[in-house]
Amino acid sequence: MAAPQAKESAAPLARPLPEGGVWITAARKAAQARLAEMGLPQRRDEYWKFTKPDSLTAPEAPHAVLFQGEVPEVFGTVDRLRIVFVDGVFDAQASDDLALEAVRIERLADVAVQDIHWARDLYGTLEARGQDPVPRPLAALNTAQACDGVLIHVTGRASRPIHIVYVHKSETSDAILHHCIRLDEGAELTLLETGPAAARFNKVIEVDMAERATFHHLRIQGPDHERRAITHTFARLAREAVFKTFTLTANGVLTRNECVVEINGDDASAHVAGAAMGGGDFHHDDTVFVTHDALRGESRQVFKKVLGNGATGVFQGKILVKPGAQKTDGYQISQALLLDDDSQFLAKPELEIYADDVACSHGSTSGAIDEDALYYLRARGIPRPIATDLMVVSFLAEAVAEIADEGLRDEIIGHFEVWLERRHG
Amino acid sequence: MLEIKNLHVDLEEEDKAILKGVNLTVEAGKVHAIMGPNGSGKSTLSYVLSGRGGYTVTEGSATLDGENLLEMEPEERAAAGLFLAFQYPVEIPGVGNMTFLRTAVNAQRKARGEKEISAADFLKLVREKAKALKIDADMLKRPVNVGFSGGEKKRNEILQMAMLEPRMCILDETDSGLDVDAMRLVADGVNALRDEGRGFLVITHYQRLLDHIVPDVVHIMSDGRIIRTGGPELALEVEKNGYADILTEVV
Repeated sequence: MAAPQAKESAAPLARPLPEGGVWITAARKAAQARLAEMGLPQRRDEYWKFTKPDSLTAPEAPHAVLFQGEVPEVFGTVDRLRIVFVDGVFDAQASDDLALEAVRIERLADVAVQDIHWARDLYGTLEARGQDPVPRPLAALNTAQACDGVLIHVTGRASRPIHIVYVHKSETSDAILHHCIRLDEGAELTLLETGPAAARFNKVIEVDMAERATFHHLRIQGPDHERRAITHTFARLAREAVFKTFTLTANGVLTRNECVVEINGDDASAHVAGAAMGGGDFHHDDTVFVTHDALRGESRQVFKKVLGNGATGVFQGKILVKPGAQKTDGYQISQALLLDDDSQFLAKPELEIYADDVACSHGSTSGAIDEDALYYLRARGIPRPIATDLMVVSFLAEAVAEIADEGLRDEIIGHFEVWLERRHG
Repeated sequence: MLEIKNLHVDLEEEDKAILKGVNLTVEAGKVHAIMGPNGSGKSTLSYVLSGRGGYTVTEGSATLDGENLLEMEPEERAAAGLFLAFQYPVEIPGVGNMTFLRTAVNAQRKARGEKEISAADFLKLVREKAKALKIDADMLKRPVNVGFSGGEKKRNEILQMAMLEPRMCILDETDSGLDVDAMRLVADGVNALRDEGRGFLVITHYQRLLDHIVPDVVHIMSDGRIIRTGGPELALEVEKNGYADILTEVV
C-alpha cells in the first residue's frame, strides 16, 4: 500500500506515542512502525471499497449528538461483573470490584507503567498476525495509541460473565480502547459489551485461546445513531477451542466490525454472527476473515441486516482454508432485508481453499419483506408496522439463534423487541 | 351480517375476471357453505373479503354489519370481526406462536378501544382453548407454523379463531390435507364457536367436512358466480353426482 499522503491522515500518524513501561512501549513502537508502513486506509483501497474511511481517519472525531431517547437496560437480570468506561475513560465508581474467581482482571492503564507483564506476549501480537494478508491499519493505530482497556487472564471457569459497559456523554469524544483476553487450557469466559462508547470509537480485542478453552462474546451496539465505530476482534484458537461471537447493532451512522479468526488447533470451532438494523444514513459493515490452519475445524459466519430509508449494509466475509486443513467445515451466509428500494446491501463473500477434502459453502441474498406473510399477520389484526417488526424479528432469528446461551439469547431478543416497540411510540 | 352484492373482481397480474357478480348474504347464527369445482373463484372470494393484495374490485360491494369491507386495510377488517382460516397457513420462523397470538389479540383489542389482556390471563385462556384442540405446550412455543404437519397448521388456525372470537368466520378449504381424526378435531373446534351472534362461511370441495359442520345453507359456485343455493341436501347431491349435472343444468 502506498505511503499516506492525504493531509487528513497525517495527524493520527504523527501523534506521539503515549508514555509507558518497557513492555508496552515496545509493542506500541512496533505497531507504529506497522502503521507507518501500511498507511491509513484510503477510499481507493479494495478493502475499503464499500465503506468510506474518512471519518474514521480524520484528525478530530466528527461531532455526534447524544442520544436523547431512553435506552432500556440490558443484561439487567444477568449476574455479571461490570466494568464501565465513559467516553473511553474508566469509571471506577460505576464499575464493580475487578475480582472474579479463576480470572485475573487488570486495567491496561495500570499495568502499562510496569516494565514487565503477562500481556507482553499478547498485546498487539494477534493484531500484528491479522495484518496479513489484508492490512488493517486502524487496528495497528489502536495498538500504538490505546491508553486503556481491560486485560483478562482466565485460568478456569469464570463464575459469571464480565460486562464492559460503554457510556457516551461527550459529543466530541474520540475513544481508543484495547482489550486482551487469554484463556488457559479448558478455561471458560463469557464477555458482554454494550453501549455507544463515544462519538468515535476505535476498539481492539485480542483473544488467545488455549486447548479446549471456550469464549462466548455478546455485544450490543446502539440504538443511538450519531456515532462512528471501528472495531477489531482478533482470535487465535488452539485444539478444541470454541469461540462464539454475536453482535446486535441498532442504528449508527458508521460502524465497521472486523473479526479475524485463526484456527490453529485441530477440532476447533469458531462462530461469528451479527444482526443489524438501521435506516437513513445508517452504514453498517461486517468484515470477517476466518483462517483454517488445522484439521477438522468448523466455522460459521451468519450475518443478517435490515435496511430501510436508503441505509447501506456491507458484508465482506472470507474463509481461507490453508493447505493441509483437511475436513474443514466452513459455512457463511449473509442476508439483507431491504425495507425499500433505496436501501442497498453490498456483499463480497469469498472462499479460498487449498485443501482437497473440505466442505465449505456460502450464500448471500437480499430481498424485500414476504408480502404473503405480512398479509397473514395483518389478517389477524396486526397493523402493518407491527407486522413488519415481527417479520424483522423473524428475519434476524437465524443469526440470533447462533447465541448458545438461552438466557442471554432471550435477553437479546427481549431488548430488541422493546427497542422496536419504542420506535412506534 | 355479511352482505356481498354483485361483486366483480379481477386478478391484477393477468387482468382477468375471476368473480363475475357474486351475491351472498350470511346471517348471524348461520353456517353457509360454498362448494364448487377448482378455479370457480371460491378462494378468491375469501382473499378479497379479507383484504389480500393483487385483486381489483371492478363492481359491487361487500359489507360486514353495514361497514364497507373493501375500503378497509386487512387489519381493520380483522378488528371489525372478520376472520379467514387460511387454506395454506404461512410459516413465520423465529416468531413464537404465543407471541403471534398475543400480539394479534392485543392489536384487535387496541383497535376496538379495549384494554390489553394481561400476560397471565392470556396464558390461561390460550391453554384452555389449545387443550380442546389437542394443541400441546410445545406447539404453542414453536415458531408460527414452522415444522407443523398439515393437521397441526389447520388446528392452529382454529385456535387463532377461538382466541380472536370473530363475528364472521371464513374457512377456506380447512379440510384439505386432513385425515378423518384431524377433521373431526377441527370441526369440533368450529362447532364449539357456533352461536347466535356469529356467522360462518365454509368453503370446501367435498361434502365430508359438512357431515361434521352441518350448514344451514349451501351454495354452488362456478365461473365466478353462485349458480345454485339450497339446503344441506345440495351438498349430498354434489357428493353423489359431482358438479357436472348441476353445471349442465344451469347452462
